[in-house]
Amino acid sequence: MSTIPTETVQPGKASLFYDPRIRGYVYQFALIAVVGFLIWSAASNAIENLRAQKIASGLGFWHNAAGFDVNQKLIPFSASGSTYGQAFYVGLLNTLLVASIGIVLSTFLGFFVGVSRLSSNWVLSKLAMIYVEVIRNLPLLLQLFFWYNAVLKPLPGARNSIALPGSIFLNNRGIIMPNPQFAPAFEFVVIAFFVAIVAAIVFYTWSKKQQERTGTQYPNGSISLALIIGLPLVVYFIAGQPLTFDLPQQGTFNLTGGLQIYPEFVALLIGLTTYTAGFIAEVVRAGILAVSKGQTEAANALGLRAGPTLKLVVIPQAMRVIIPPLTSNYLNLTKNSSLAVAIGYPDLVQVFTGTVLNQTGQALEVVAITMAVYLTISLVTSLFMNIYNKRMALVER
Amino acid sequence: MKKFFAAALVVAATAVGVGGAQAQTGTLAQVKSRGILHCGSGTGLAGFGLPDAQGNWTGIDVDMCRAVAAAIFDDPAKVKFIPLSAKDRFTSLQSGEVDLLSRTTTWTMSRDTSLGLNFAGINYYDGQGFMVRKKLGIDSVLKLAGASICTQQGTTTELNLADYFRANKLKYEVVAFASNTETVKAYESGRCDAFTTDASGLYAERLTLSAPADHIVLPEIISKEPLGPVVRHGDDVWLDIVKWTHFAMLNAEELGVTKANVDEMMKSPNPEIKRLLGTEGKYGEAIGLTNDWAYRIIKHVGNYGEAFERNIGQGSLLKIARGQNALWTKGGLQYAPPIR
Repeated sequence: MSTIPTETVQPGKASLFYDPRIRGYVYQFALIAVVGFLIWSAASNAIENLRAQKIASGLGFWHNAAGFDVNQKLIPFSASGSTYGQAFYVGLLNTLLVASIGIVLSTFLGFFVGVSRLSSNWVLSKLAMIYVEVIRNLPLLLQLFFWYNAVLKPLPGARNSIALPGSIFLNNRGIIMPNPQFAPAFEFVVIAFFVAIVAAIVFYTWSKKQQERTGTQYPNGSISLALIIGLPLVVYFIAGQPLTFDLPQQGTFNLTGGLQIYPEFVALLIGLTTYTAGFIAEVVRAGILAVSKGQTEAANALGLRAGPTLKLVVIPQAMRVIIPPLTSNYLNLTKNSSLAVAIGYPDLVQVFTGTVLNQTGQALEVVAITMAVYLTISLVTSLFMNIYNKRMALVER
Repeated sequence: MKKFFAAALVVAATAVGVGGAQAQTGTLAQVKSRGILHCGSGTGLAGFGLPDAQGNWTGIDVDMCRAVAAAIFDDPAKVKFIPLSAKDRFTSLQSGEVDLLSRTTTWTMSRDTSLGLNFAGINYYDGQGFMVRKKLGIDSVLKLAGASICTQQGTTTELNLADYFRANKLKYEVVAFASNTETVKAYESGRCDAFTTDASGLYAERLTLSAPADHIVLPEIISKEPLGPVVRHGDDVWLDIVKWTHFAMLNAEELGVTKANVDEMMKSPNPEIKRLLGTEGKYGEAIGLTNDWAYRIIKHVGNYGEAFERNIGQGSLLKIARGQNALWTKGGLQYAPPIR
C-alpha cells in the first residue's frame, strides 16, 4: 500500500477511481450485490422448482381439519373439530411440558450427584461416579428404549393393575391417580397460597436485615415452608374442604376416570432427566473444583461449618463457571426431547413433523416451522440464562 | 478478489441451472439412460415388500417394480429398491429420488391431486381391520369402547380410526408410533388392546408375533384402502407404462397366459393373446417400449394371479384369499381394459 498521505493529493483533481476508500466501498458493494444475487437466485430457483414439483405449496393446510386423535394433550383436541394448527400447539405444549419438568428435575439430580461425587463419603462418591460414567456414555435413544420397553412395558396389564395406597394404580398403560375436582370455594385456598408466598418473602427480607443488624439467625427455610403449606391448609378446612377426587374405576379395557400419566411421557421424562443429570453433575463438579481451596479454608477459619461453607462461599463462586455449560445442557435436553418420536410420546416432532407432515405432504413447510420453533425455544432459554449469568458474574470493584 | 468473483459467478450459474434440466427429459428416458429403475418400496412388510434371507426383495408390490423393469430392460433384476417410511415416501417421489412408488400406498383424492401424484392403478384392494387378543373375548370392533389402540402415525389408518370411532360414538385412546415395528411391539407387550392397519398388513404382522394363534382379526373392515403404484404428475408416458404393466398382468391372467406357458402362447391364434404378446399390432411401441413388452413381463414375473398367489396367496405363509382381488370374471374387482 502507498504510504503517501492523502492530504498531498489534490482532492479536486484525483480521479475517484484511484481513491482507495471509494474503491473499497465499490468492491464491498459489488461483493454484497453478488452474494445477495447468489442467495436470491438460488432461493427463488429452489422455491420455483419445489412449487413445480408440488413439494412446497404454502401454509394453506394450517386451518384444515386434522381428522386424527392424540392421546396426551394439554389443550382440547379432537379429530372432529380441530385443525392442523391446533395439532401444532398440542405438540409444542407437550414438548415444553417434558422439557421444563426435565430441566427442573435434572438440575436437582445433577447438583445432587455432582456434589456427591466430591463427598468425602467413599460409597456416595463412588456411586455418583458410576452413575455419571454409565449414564453419560450410553446413547440416549437406547436409554429411552430401555425405560420404555424394559421397565415400563413389563408392568401388569390394565386388568390387573398394581393398586397403590390412595387409589393410585400402576399398569403398563401408565399411572392412574385420582383426578382432583375443584369446587368454587377452592379459590380461597389458592389465594391463601399466594398470600403465604408473599408473607414468606416479607419474612425473609426482614430476617436478612435483622441478621445484618444483630447477627441473629432465624430458621428461614422451615418458617417459610410452614407458612406456604400451613396457611392454605388452614383455609382449606375453614372453607369446608372444597376438593373432591374423581377416582379411577375399572372399565372393560382400561381404568376409566382419574388422571392418567402415560408411560411414554414417564419414559421420556426419566430418560431425559437421568441422562442430562449425568452431564450437569460433571459441570457442577468442575464448577466446585474451580473454586480455589483457599476459599474453603478461609470460610473454615471464620468458623463456618461444612453446610454454610458450601452454600454461602463455594456454590456462589462456582455458579459463574457452572452457568454457561449448564445452559448448553438445558438446550440439549430440550432438543433431545424430540427423540420422543421413537417411543410414541406426542411431542412437536411426533405430532407435527410426523402425523401432520404425512397427512398434508407439506414436508418443507412443516420442517421449516419445526426448526424455527426449536431455534426460538433455544434462543429464549439462552437469553434467560445469559441474564442470570450476568447477575451472577464476578463484579469487579 | 477476481478469482472469488469468478468462483461466485460459477456457483451462481450452477444454482440457477440445476433443476430446470430434470423436468425436461421424461422419466422413461432417464431410467433407460441410468440402466436401472429406482423403485420406492416399504421398509419391510411380508408379502408386499421384504428382502428375503438372500437379500432379494420379494412381494406383490416388489413384483410391480420388477414387471416395469422387465418391460423396459427385459431384466427384472434391474431395479434398485429404496426403502421408504410412510413419512418420506411422497417427498422421495416428488423430488425424483424414485421413479415409481410401490409400497401399499392408499389412493386418496388429496394424494392424487394436491401432492402432484398419479396413481397408476390398484394392485390390491384392501380395507382397514383390527387385531385383538383372543382372550379378550371380543368379536366386534364396536365392543372396543374405551380401549387403547396402537397404530402407525401418518397413515390413512390413523384418520379412518378417528372417523370410525367418532361415527359410532365410541371412546378410545390412540397410541401412535412412527414405525410399524414399534407399533407391533407396543401391541404385543400389552400397551394396547388392539392393533389396527390394513387387513393384509394384519395378517402379515400376525406372523411376526411370538404366538400368532393367540390373536384374531376382527371381521369388520372399516375403510376402503385401494393400494397401488404411484408416479409423478406431468409425465403421461411414464404413467401409461406403469398403468399398462399392471393391466398386462391382469389381461394375461384373464386370457390364461402364465409364466410357464407364455412361449407356447406366442403361437396362439387368439387375437387377444396375439395383441397382448405383441405378435400382432404395435401396442408396445405406442407406450415407448418394444412390442414384446408384455411377453417380457409375463416371462419374468408372471401374470397377476401368479404374483398374488406366490406372495400373499396360497403359495405364501399369509394365505390371503383372493376375495375382492379376484378377476371381475370371478366376482372380484380386478378389471383391466382391453389391449386393442
